[in-house]
Amino acid sequence: MSEIGAIEIAPGTHWVGALDPGLREFDIILRTANGTTYNSYCVRGSAGVAVIDTVKASHADEFFARLEQVARYDEITTIVLNHLEPDHTGALPELMRRAPEARLYISGKAQLMLKALVKHDDLTYTIVNTGDFVELGDRTLHFLNTPFLHWPDTQCTWLEQQGILFSGDVFGCHFCDSRLFNGQVGDFRFSFEYYYAHIMRPFREHVLDALELIDPLPLKLIAPAHGPVLRDAPKSYVQRYRQLAAPLLHVGADFKSLLVFYISSYGNTQRMAEAVRDGAETIDGVRVSLYDLQAGGDLPFVDLIEEADGLAFGSPTINGDAVKPVWDLLSSLAVIKVRDKLGAAFGSYGWSGEAVNMIEDRLRGLKLRVPVKGVRARLIPTESELAGCCELGRQLAQHLTGSNEPKIISMSELLTRESPHA
Amino acid sequence: MPKANVTFENIGITVTVPAGTRLIEISEKVGAGITYGCREGECGTCMMRIVSGMENMSERSVLEDKVLQENMAGRNNRLACQAQVLGGDIVVRPG
Repeated sequence: MSEIGAIEIAPGTHWVGALDPGLREFDIILRTANGTTYNSYCVRGSAGVAVIDTVKASHADEFFARLEQVARYDEITTIVLNHLEPDHTGALPELMRRAPEARLYISGKAQLMLKALVKHDDLTYTIVNTGDFVELGDRTLHFLNTPFLHWPDTQCTWLEQQGILFSGDVFGCHFCDSRLFNGQVGDFRFSFEYYYAHIMRPFREHVLDALELIDPLPLKLIAPAHGPVLRDAPKSYVQRYRQLAAPLLHVGADFKSLLVFYISSYGNTQRMAEAVRDGAETIDGVRVSLYDLQAGGDLPFVDLIEEADGLAFGSPTINGDAVKPVWDLLSSLAVIKVRDKLGAAFGSYGWSGEAVNMIEDRLRGLKLRVPVKGVRARLIPTESELAGCCELGRQLAQHLTGSNEPKIISMSELLTRESPHA
Repeated sequence: MPKANVTFENIGITVTVPAGTRLIEISEKVGAGITYGCREGECGTCMMRIVSGMENMSERSVLEDKVLQENMAGRNNRLACQAQVLGGDIVVRPG
């Protein structure tokens, strides 16, 4: 165990978490240059003690040692789980064994995960929602239901008398510094931004909903589940989240944005892309943008896609597959929300031409809507195939603006089609 | 044979189908974006939403009911691989 003990963050309220300075990669998807912390907190009231979140199983000894410095197990009346991910619940089964009288407080959505983590037949717990609270005598913990930050189960807990928000992963980051408080640790601004960008960004609508609950609180301190405790200017982190969750600047009339991405060896798929654009531009209320993926770099395209309403991808088929820059971009979208955007594919090919169907399947897998069958052209597109691309663009734009004609088809007709699509 | 009209709201397509057809058979062919796992009613991957016309769907089986509950489904959710259309008009969408 590291040298530091439990750290008082307010009178009677302690950080009892664990430091993991050696961690360099978190959950496969995040890198950290100096580890992380698993923050757990212990709140002492006149009629009970609450533990808020625990730590990763590998760091349980550290957590229990710190907890024992500030509370006896038979004093613990309350265990609050703001988020059930194993880095916060790893020590839970052992804590429940040591403090059998403590009652668990979780969100409704957390039940499924709790049962998967704690395999007790007689598991008991209390489900809480916004407006619910638990009293520890002179201390009251209020619950704020803040789903999808970043799991369906997530909630925040507000300690009214001390103005402390136990925020779970919200406002957290992977940054390990035993000085703990934001005014004392090293410069962790990049970690804060990086964490938001990779963990919270896909859920920005939910972030804005949560901020509606958090904004009115007279915050004195934010105690997140990872990284520094935000004691200095806690409100500025709330404001920063609001900035990060806001859409990009939008000037001018309202329009639907359709992005047409392509990559082309001989200019054939490019010509098809231009035809898709031309077709889409015949519909009022749609702004169409054309991008060549050969320019490389997924990041700006991911930013663009986050703001777009429709996406069309043009790829040649090489060795029976769409080409790597297309897959690179399509595998970079986990950090944003793409569900329910409109998708389409097109492309020139030499022999087999699988790319279009493969891209369409991927788009469906990402839960985009793919209402119009893609266009394939063998090598140089004919006038008729280019007209097909134009029609693809036009129909996509109509779907975007809601001006598409409803389509009715019979099952028997559908069964004669060789690929999905009416 | 009685017919049903199944509208996939997310892609704006209505398919006229014989009564008794499972939603999976239609949605796969039409490219409606419903994802599938086991196709046998056990995994819950193909959970979809009935926007209207639930009265025109087959009753939930014990298995479907159990899987829907495990996945915290709402009362408008069904599994596309289990739910059959019985007639009339039904509007559905993924998830």
